[in-house]
Amino acid sequence: MNKIWLVIKREYLTRVRNKTFLLSTFLFPIIIVAFIIGSTFLALKTRNKVKIAVVNDPGFLQKNLESDSSSVIFEYPADVNSSNYESKGYVGLLKVNSDTAREKYVIESKKSLSIETMSYVERQMKKAIEYSMLQEKNIERKVLDSISTASKKAAQVTNQLDTGKEANNKLPYIIGFGCGIIIYITMFVFGAMVMRGVMEEKTSRIAEVIVSSVKPFQLMMGKILGIAAVGLTQLLLWMVFLMVLVNIIPLFVSAETMQQFQQVQQAQQQLPGGPNNTVAIEMLKATDTLINGVNWPMIITCFLFYFLGGYLFYASLFAAVGSAINEDPQEAQSLMLPIMMPIVFGFIILSTSIENPDSPMAFWGSMIPFTSPIVMMGRIAKGVPEVVPWWQLFLSMGLLIIGFIFTTWLAGKIYRTGILLYGKKASWKEMIKWARRS
Amino acid sequence: MSLLEVQNLKKYFATQKAVDDISFSVNKGSIFGLLGPNGAGKTTLIRMITGIFYPDEGQILFDGKKFDPINDVVYIGYMPEERGLYKKMKIGEQAVYLAQLKGLKKNEAMTKIKEWFVKFEMQSWWTKKVEDLSKGMSQKLQFVTTVLHEPKLIILDEPFSGLDPVNSNLIKDEIFKLAQKGSTILFSTHRMEQVEEICDHIILVNKGKKILDGTVKGVKNQYKENLFNIGFEEIPSSLNGNPPFEMVGTRDQQYVVKIKEGFKPNDVLNYFLQQGAKIVSFNEMLPSLSDIFIKLVEGTPLTRQFQAITA
Repeated sequence: MNKIWLVIKREYLTRVRNKTFLLSTFLFPIIIVAFIIGSTFLALKTRNKVKIAVVNDPGFLQKNLESDSSSVIFEYPADVNSSNYESKGYVGLLKVNSDTAREKYVIESKKSLSIETMSYVERQMKKAIEYSMLQEKNIERKVLDSISTASKKAAQVTNQLDTGKEANNKLPYIIGFGCGIIIYITMFVFGAMVMRGVMEEKTSRIAEVIVSSVKPFQLMMGKILGIAAVGLTQLLLWMVFLMVLVNIIPLFVSAETMQQFQQVQQAQQQLPGGPNNTVAIEMLKATDTLINGVNWPMIITCFLFYFLGGYLFYASLFAAVGSAINEDPQEAQSLMLPIMMPIVFGFIILSTSIENPDSPMAFWGSMIPFTSPIVMMGRIAKGVPEVVPWWQLFLSMGLLIIGFIFTTWLAGKIYRTGILLYGKKASWKEMIKWARRS
Repeated sequence: MSLLEVQNLKKYFATQKAVDDISFSVNKGSIFGLLGPNGAGKTTLIRMITGIFYPDEGQILFDGKKFDPINDVVYIGYMPEERGLYKKMKIGEQAVYLAQLKGLKKNEAMTKIKEWFVKFEMQSWWTKKVEDLSKGMSQKLQFVTTVLHEPKLIILDEPFSGLDPVNSNLIKDEIFKLAQKGSTILFSTHRMEQVEEICDHIILVNKGKKILDGTVKGVKNQYKENLFNIGFEEIPSSLNGNPPFEMVGTRDQQYVVKIKEGFKPNDVLNYFLQQGAKIVSFNEMLPSLSDIFIKLVEGTPLTRQFQAITA
């Protein structure tokens, strides 16, 4: 036991003291935050006020189009046409071609307008046309406005669950997907780290020196546990670091910018298939404003469990592959494929089951240890007793524990033979033979 | 008193009888040579003695008791032929780590490593990395890490490969010193001149079987061919009568003769004295281990063929 501890300590310290570890630990959150801030900043930049001149107004536009002082302003100058709108300070020229049966609206502009501007204009146009049609039926604008505000006040659609909690539909989706992706990525990253470590020991021929004082299984487990500790350290540092950054940023940014920031977020949410960074922004928001309604202790506990369980399940297999490889890294490719496939498959199941956490596919995906660490996280975020019953959670955890004990046992046997075998090209068939023989 | 006793050890692999019924014993404080051509099963044999492999059959006694791989490995220091160290790890830390794996306390390890580093003039290496070392330098480091914990049994597989004569001698001297201090050394090689120089006792294995066992002197005597080298002031022109020997060859002022069955060296001297020849030197020509090795191993296929084994 003392020896395995020594191995763990070495594996942990050599990696944590490595420059790559420090760089990836501290740069990664900075890059993410910088990316979010940068893209928001860009969004703010491109959202400079846009002035649009409206010509050929059939009569209802000026009455009904609403300008937004911070983004799009409609004006109705008399002496503006296609040739001079730019010099008069307008970005676009909204024209109505009423010569066809169906009215067609065109915005002329030098540069293509942003999606946001276009969608704002479209929304305003739709509303203006609706209003004008209703007004033709003698319904006044005032009445319409009062109806819409009244309806907004009177009814609010929420999804009430049997347990009395209010379902939060968007956030669990993001949390589940986020956790699943993190587990998916870390399984590859740390699994590959184990494999490279084993390969290093084999090709540098230190394995034989070490196994003359430590049992091969101890060496393998020491490596796996040491790297697990590295992974946990890194995750923890990321969490802390992100929290700090999220809390620090508002101090450096003026209140006005923050307000704009919020507006951009809302605008982006309204866009169908808006920019990708909405997910990231949601995550950011999740850290402060939306904490209520999500069972954080449960999610964090499960996340740590499935992170470790999934890692342990696959790490020993990666170690077995590493032990079978000779100097040629290309051999690794073909041997790794059978291990990587289920992980990728788990990710595919995650992306379908996140919409539909009760489907048979999601259920089986979250039970079978090959995919459960990834798939189960997506389901857990949706609520534990409600979507995932307790028995399912415990069954899945139990199966994962049995699973990693089995893979570790199997890999240990392959590893024992592989680590000392040089010059022989190994296949999975060969490796199974090693496992059976020893 | 033997430190290590190997009894009827067998290890079969899928396609080879790597070690096939080998027995021998190694005396405490002796330097023991394990010889054999490539692929004879030496490494497999050593791996069983170091507890890396379990034997299929037979047993190993270590210090009078049944060998217990888990607890006894701390009394063994093993330097494999295919050796290596962590390339990216600092040398001092690496030596401490390997010593700790052998059960040494950290402080103990530090003191001992520093002593050895002074002895081998390696003090400045402490914070260097292994990748900065030349092959010979890392060989010295490897030797230090092998013997650091003062093991009862030191197993060295080709310890001199890649070393220049100066460093070779340095390590050879340390091997002698360790043996004098009571360590037992098992030395595996196919460099015969070193074996003659260093070893007390040898065994020769080929194709998984032991084919020779004895002291260096004993083995040489066993394989001697009664050859003598006689030097003359002036070479006799002809051999008259019935000489008690056969001529094997002449060289400069010397004869190499093989004494016939039933005769003694004195008979040869008498013969030449009667002939009036002026003898300058007379000495027995013992076969070198290298000759014996080649003689015994010759005729068997150089590389082992793969065969199906039903154990």
